Amino acid sequence: MKIINLIRLAIKALQRNKLRALLTMLGIIIGVASVITMMSIGEGSKQSINASLSSMGSNMITIMPYSNEPGGARMMGSSIQSLTILDVNALKKDAPHIAKISPLASSSGQSINGASNWPTTIQGVSPEYLDIRKLTVKEGIIFSDQDVKSSAKVCLLGKTVVDNLFPNGQDPLGKIIRFGKIPFQVIGVLTPKGQSNFGQDQDDIIIAPYTTVQKRVLSSIYFGQIYASATTESASDAAVDEATSTLRETHRLRTDEENDFQIRTQAELMTMLNSTSSMMTALLTAVASISLVIGGIGIMNIMYVSVTERTREIGLRMAIGARGIDILFQFLIEAIMISITGGVIGVALGISSSLIVSSLLHWPTVISESSIVISFLVCAFTGIFFGYYPAVKASKLDPIEALRYE
Amino acid sequence: MGRILEIHDVRREFTMGTEIVRALKGVSFNVDAGEFVTIMGSSGSGKTTLLNMLGCLDKPTSGTYLLDSVNVKDLSRDELAKLRNTKIGFVFQAYNLLPRTSALENVELPLLYNPTIGTKERTERAIAALQAVKLDGRFDHTPNQLSGGQQQRVAIARALVNEPVMILADEATGNLDTRTSYEIMALMQDLNQNGKTIVFVTHEPDIASFSSRTVMLRDGKVQKDTLNTNRRSAKESLASLPETDDY
Repeated sequence: MKIINLIRLAIKALQRNKLRALLTMLGIIIGVASVITMMSIGEGSKQSINASLSSMGSNMITIMPYSNEPGGARMMGSSIQSLTILDVNALKKDAPHIAKISPLASSSGQSINGASNWPTTIQGVSPEYLDIRKLTVKEGIIFSDQDVKSSAKVCLLGKTVVDNLFPNGQDPLGKIIRFGKIPFQVIGVLTPKGQSNFGQDQDDIIIAPYTTVQKRVLSSIYFGQIYASATTESASDAAVDEATSTLRETHRLRTDEENDFQIRTQAELMTMLNSTSSMMTALLTAVASISLVIGGIGIMNIMYVSVTERTREIGLRMAIGARGIDILFQFLIEAIMISITGGVIGVALGISSSLIVSSLLHWPTVISESSIVISFLVCAFTGIFFGYYPAVKASKLDPIEALRYE
Repeated sequence: MGRILEIHDVRREFTMGTEIVRALKGVSFNVDAGEFVTIMGSSGSGKTTLLNMLGCLDKPTSGTYLLDSVNVKDLSRDELAKLRNTKIGFVFQAYNLLPRTSALENVELPLLYNPTIGTKERTERAIAALQAVKLDGRFDHTPNQLSGGQQQRVAIARALVNEPVMILADEATGNLDTRTSYEIMALMQDLNQNGKTIVFVTHEPDIASFSSRTVMLRDGKVQKDTLNTNRRSAKESLASLPETDDY
């Protein structure tokens, strides 16, 4: 029989049992819709992570202390002290692919203004830090290199700190606040940046010269981190290599010793975060695709019922000239029609539900064409796979017995 | 006149567990084109087995069966299907029409399995076949909207539509009352008059008397093979029935 006639036949057969066909499709519909929704949520969060990471500066390089002691209890990076101003100066001199560099010495504590107080973090940095982290000053000015040299007690406040220390909307510029016991004059306010991807409030900071924080707050000559930016994004790897060799030299590490620091680029961070979110997506999709399998089993079940129900019809068709393959295709196409129709409805439902998710829950969702194509192919495959056995059963029937089947 | 059927010493054995059941024990007869043969026999005589064989639904264990000079024994399952499609028109006792499908589509069915026929020709031939069985104007009726006699006529139209060399009827009047049976037999006789070869399986001697020849089976063998000398006309029998049958 010609394919077009087989398709017409399948449509007619499904139209006869509309409700049954719809219920059979339901498994496929739910499966496809959930696969598409899950994949769009996963893709959406991946893209939003990428977007916010590149807003932090895609050529940013972070240098952290790292334990190189092979045995014993390994310490947390922050408790190891290996980075000093000598490293910063060496990097400035010897690493041509590093454009800007700033050490970071940070401390947590209580900030106080009159009767108001707020627990926050003070970051001791150099003026270049703002460029590296893509921070900007909204009001006031950034401290100068002179301020750094003289360990001036000046600071810039993030929006959250301003809101909490100046609850009545006073102008913080020029005011004296205290961080712990140390007084600081506010010389600027940072432009709000909002939450980071990890749910961190990026505006809950105070920025001051690193010398001031080191001497007056931490009483330490070490830095927790060094931030740098490569000249361009593509120069990141070269900058990392230069920084590694420079630091190994300044730290006087023998060739067989491990690094006592680690260097992270933004690209690495991006890959790491993406792999986490890819794994989540894969997991969600796997769960969703279980319902696709269950839908397929539903199709198989109904096709078996349909073959049994229509045994006499099959016998008749064979008696008047249908070959086994004609019967096979008749039932196979019927199963494929069920799964593909279910797939189309599922795709529509999946697209609309991911739109609903993004508009009601404000989750970023991105519907990728690949998810639609994949779930559609899976659907067709499900139809073929689960429709095949009932169809083979039908095609192998003995016409004599089938004709006399009661 | 060509020879439509040539059956020579056909045997058919079934193995039921360890026992061998011999349903046909060497049947031989021929049917020429234009004949109207009834095959009669009580149940267990091998009638059904012979019918399956004639209809190319089954193959003999031994012996030869030539249908329109084609030896059925050498054919594969698919080739048998093709043979059934083009050479044989089946008419069943239970009509076996597709439910919820219009008369026209039921008649078109065999043509769908004949790849040489296009859509337009299919519809034209189905209409012509329905007109030949006097069912003009009932093309869109589904089987449950038709009476038993009408359903059987749709089935006959379906048997005719592929222009087979032989119409094979299996107790085609078994489910019908006398009047309708006679109507169907009248139709069969008309078709026979127009040159169709008909092989009609029945157990009613009354029905057999409308045919030109009767093959009597008994215990898997041909018991009697006689030409009907006083063949009845179904039309006349129909006319001689009491006018109204309502009770």
